[in-house]
Amino acid sequence: MATAVLPRSATTAPRAVVRATGESRTVRWILIAIALGFLSLVLLVPLLLVFVQALSKGLPAYWEAIKEPDALSAAKLTLLIAAIAVPANLIFGVAAAWCISKFAFRGKHLLITLIDLPFAVSPVISGMIFVLLFGAHGWFGPWLAEHDIKVIFAIPGMVLATTFVTAPFIARELIPLMQEQGTEEEEAAIVLGAGGWQTFFRVTLPNIKWGLLYGLILCNARAMGEFGAVSVVSGHIRGETNTLPLHVEILYNEYAFAASFAVASVLTLLALVTLALKTLVEWQQRRAMSDAAEVFTTPERIAA
Amino acid sequence: MSIQVRNLRKTFGDFVALNDVSLDVPGGELVSLLGPSGSGKTTLLRIIAGLEPADTGTIHFHGEDTTERPVRERQVGFVFQHYALFRHMSVFENVAFGLRVKPRNMRPPEKEIRETVMGLLHLVQLDVQAERRPSELSGGQRQRVALARALAVKPKVLLLDEPFGALDAKVRKELRRWLRRLHEEVHVTSVFVTHDQEEALEVSDRVVIMNEGKIEQSGTPEEVYDRPATPFVYGFLGDVNLFHGRLDRGQVSIGANQLEAPEWAEAKDQAAVAYVRTYDIELTPVPSGLSSIEATVQHVRAFGPMVRLELRRVEDGETIEAHVPRAIFEKHGVVKGQRVFVSPTSVRVFAQS
Amino acid sequence: MQRKSATVLPGFGLSLGITCTYLSLIVLLPLATVFTRTAQLSGSAFWNTVTDPRVLASYRVTFGASFLAALVNTVFGLLVAWVLVRYRFPGRRIVDAMVDLPFALPTAVAGIALTTLYASNGWIGQYLEPLGLKVSYTWVGITVALIFIGLPFVVRTVQPVLDDLEVEVEEAAASLGAGRWQTFSRVVFPTVAPALLTGFALAFARAIGEYGSVVFISGNMPMKTEIVPLLIITKLEQYDYAGATAVALVMLVASFALLLTINLLQWAARRRMAV
Repeated sequence: MATAVLPRSATTAPRAVVRATGESRTVRWILIAIALGFLSLVLLVPLLLVFVQALSKGLPAYWEAIKEPDALSAAKLTLLIAAIAVPANLIFGVAAAWCISKFAFRGKHLLITLIDLPFAVSPVISGMIFVLLFGAHGWFGPWLAEHDIKVIFAIPGMVLATTFVTAPFIARELIPLMQEQGTEEEEAAIVLGAGGWQTFFRVTLPNIKWGLLYGLILCNARAMGEFGAVSVVSGHIRGETNTLPLHVEILYNEYAFAASFAVASVLTLLALVTLALKTLVEWQQRRAMSDAAEVFTTPERIAA
Repeated sequence: MSIQVRNLRKTFGDFVALNDVSLDVPGGELVSLLGPSGSGKTTLLRIIAGLEPADTGTIHFHGEDTTERPVRERQVGFVFQHYALFRHMSVFENVAFGLRVKPRNMRPPEKEIRETVMGLLHLVQLDVQAERRPSELSGGQRQRVALARALAVKPKVLLLDEPFGALDAKVRKELRRWLRRLHEEVHVTSVFVTHDQEEALEVSDRVVIMNEGKIEQSGTPEEVYDRPATPFVYGFLGDVNLFHGRLDRGQVSIGANQLEAPEWAEAKDQAAVAYVRTYDIELTPVPSGLSSIEATVQHVRAFGPMVRLELRRVEDGETIEAHVPRAIFEKHGVVKGQRVFVSPTSVRVFAQS
Repeated sequence: MQRKSATVLPGFGLSLGITCTYLSLIVLLPLATVFTRTAQLSGSAFWNTVTDPRVLASYRVTFGASFLAALVNTVFGLLVAWVLVRYRFPGRRIVDAMVDLPFALPTAVAGIALTTLYASNGWIGQYLEPLGLKVSYTWVGITVALIFIGLPFVVRTVQPVLDDLEVEVEEAAASLGAGRWQTFSRVVFPTVAPALLTGFALAFARAIGEYGSVVFISGNMPMKTEIVPLLIITKLEQYDYAGATAVALVMLVASFALLLTINLLQWAARRRMAV
C-alpha cells in the first residue's frame, strides 16, 4: 500500500495568501507605503532627476552633449578599459574557482580571503597604490621614466586600477557555485576518457554558465562605472585620459550641468540595462536549479 | 472539550480539499484522521486550529462557535511535523514561550512558570536537556519538546500534524506508544493526522478515514478494520486482493470460480468487486470446491512469521497476493512455479453502481 | 600516504599558478606598497600625520556619517526586505530589481544627482532649506549619499534569511497565544538579527571608503565636510605620498578589521542556526 509523501504545498495554500498568522490589512499597507516611500525618495527621485536634468535644455542639446568628441572618446576609453579588465578577470576568476573548488590544499581559506581584498579597499586607495607603484616617485617610477613608458596618468594605469577593483567579482560568483557542484561530473568525464580542456568546456562550463554570466554582468558594470580609483590614476586630460564617469565630473565642475547629466544619463541607461540583464539571469538560474532538482533526487554534492 | 465540525468546505483554486465534511470529536478522546496524501486531513486539522479559514461551514468547541475566532484565541495546542521549535531559544524557553506571551494580567509569576515548565519537561523525560538548544537534540527529542510546549498553555484541544512523520521507524513506534500513555495521563481532546494506518489503529480511540476531501468512515479501530463501510476503506487498511465479477443472488461469479456473498442474497446480476485480505487466503494442493482458484506460484518471500506469495491466476493471468503462516507454508512445501489452489476464507463484496 | 583528488582532475598546477600570479601582481603587490611606504616613516612622523587635526576631523566625518547611514539603512533595509518577501503588491518584482540600483549605477552619477536634488534650489533641497535643514555641503548630505550607497547591502543580506523562515514557527507562536508584535520581536527578529548585523557591517564598510557619490555633495571643506578619501587625494596631488599612505593605512586596517568581523559573524551565524 503506497505511503508516498507529497510535499506539503500540495495541500496547503500558497504563501502569498493572507495567512492566519499575518499582519492585519492596515498594518500591511502602512508598512508597504513606508517602504515604497523610502525607496522612492532614495532611489527613484534621483533616477528621475538624471533624465529630467539631461533633457532640461531640450533634445538637440542632449544629442550634442553625447556626440561631442570628448564625450565620444571618453566612451571609447570606457569600453576599451572594460574590454581589457573584464576578460582578464574572467580568466582569473575561472582559474581561481577551478583550483579552489576541485582540489583540496592548504591555505585555501587564506586564498579566498585574499581574493576578497579589493572589496575591502576604498576606491581611492585602489588608485593610490598604483600611483605608489608606477608614479614618478613610485617603486618603478625611475625605471619607467628611463624607458619613457607612461603608466600613471595614462591609460595603462587606468586599466590596472580598474582591474584591481573588479578582480573579485567573477571569482566570488563562481567559487561557491562550483564548490556546491562538486567534482563528480568532472571525474566521470575523466574516467570516460575526456581530456582536461574537453572536460572544462563540455562538462563544467555548461553547469556554471548562468553564474558566469551574472559575474560578467556585475564585473562589467563596475568596470565601466568606476570613478574613484580611475580618477586618482587618470591624467584628467580631456579627450585622452577620461572615461565617461570622469567626463561627467569635468562637465559638472564646469557648470555645464545639462551636458553633464546628458552623459550621466547614458551611464544610467547602462545601469538599468545591467539591472534588467541581472534579473533575467537570476530568473534563468532559478529555473535551471529547479529543473535540476526534479531530475536528481539527491543533490548531495559536497565540495572538494 | 468536544469539537463539532459541520459542513466544512475548502478549495485551493480549482482543487477541492474538503467537500462538505462534518465530524464530531467527543471530549477527552484521541482521534486520528487517516488517509492518503491529498485527502484533506491536514487541511481539516489546520482549519480546526484556525491556521486556515474554511470557505463555508462551522467549527464549534463544546457548543461554542469558534469559526471566526483567530488562532491565538482558540486555546489549541498544535504540534507540527517538523517541530517548528524556536531555534534560538533553549528547550526551557521554548516550552515557557506560551506562558511568557500571555497578557500581563494573566501571566503567571516566574516561579510558577518554572515549575510548570520543569514539570512538563519531566513528563516528556527531557528535564536534563532544559538548557540545550534544539539543534543539539535528536528528532524524537525535538518532537517531545514540541509536545511539552503545546501542553504548557493547558490547551483545550491538542492537534498534531503527522507528528512522527519526520522520524525513523523505530523512534516512531516508541513515540507512538508514548503518546498513547501521555494521553491516558493528561486526557486532552486530541486529534492527530497520519497517513500510517498502523499508527492510527494502534493509538487512537477513534479513526476517521478520509479520501479526496470526504470522510469515508469514522469508528473505533476494530470497527473500521473488521467492518469497512466502503471499498476505499477496505483497500486502504491492510493489503487486499480485488476480484471483478458478477453478483447474482448471493453468489459472486469470478470466471470459473464462485464465492459466497450471503449479504447480497437479493442482488440480481450486478457487476461487483470482491475484496479478499491477503491473509484470508487458504492454500491447498488440490481444489476444494468452486471457490478454489487455480494459480501458479511466481515469487516466494519467506522471511518473518508470514510468508508472502505472489501468485498468478491460471484463468486470466491476474496477480494474487497471499500471506500464509510459516507453518502452513512449510507443511505444503510450496516452491516457485508450482501449481496450487487458493481459497478465500473471508470475502467482502461491494456492488458496482 | 595522502593522494590528493588533484591527481584525477587536471589543471591544478595551471589554475593555481594563474591565480597566485595574478593575485600577487594585481592585488598583493600594489597593496604592499602602502605598508612599505608607511614603514619608511618614523613612528613619530606616522603618528603626527594620522593625528593631525585635519586628518582627525576627516576620520570623524567619514566614520560618523558612515555609521549613521548604515544605521538608517539597517532599519529601513529590514522594512524593505520584509515588505518585499512577505507581501504582494503591484510592481513588487520591479521594486525588487531596483534595490540593486546603487550597485549598478556609477558613483559619479549618483553623486551629481544627489547634489542637484538637495541643492538650495533642488527638487527637495528647496523645501528643506527654509526649514533650516541644509543638506548639500553639510555632513547631512554626506550621510544621505551614503544611505543611497549602502541600501542594497542590508536588504540583500536580510532577504534570504526572511525567505527561509518557516511559516510553521510563526504559526506555532500564534497557536501558543502570541500576538503579532510578540511573534515578531521574540521569534522572527532574533532569527534575523545576525543577518541584520552583517548587513550593517557591510554597509558601514562600503560607506567608509566611498568617494564618487560623496565628493560632490560634501563641499569638501577641511575640518568640516572633508572625507578621508578626498584627503588622501589632496595629499597625493601635493606629492605628500608619505602622508597619503599613512592615512590610507589607517583606513585599510579599519576595512580589514571590518572584513574579518563580517566573516566571523557569518561563520558564527551558520553554526548557531545549523539544525
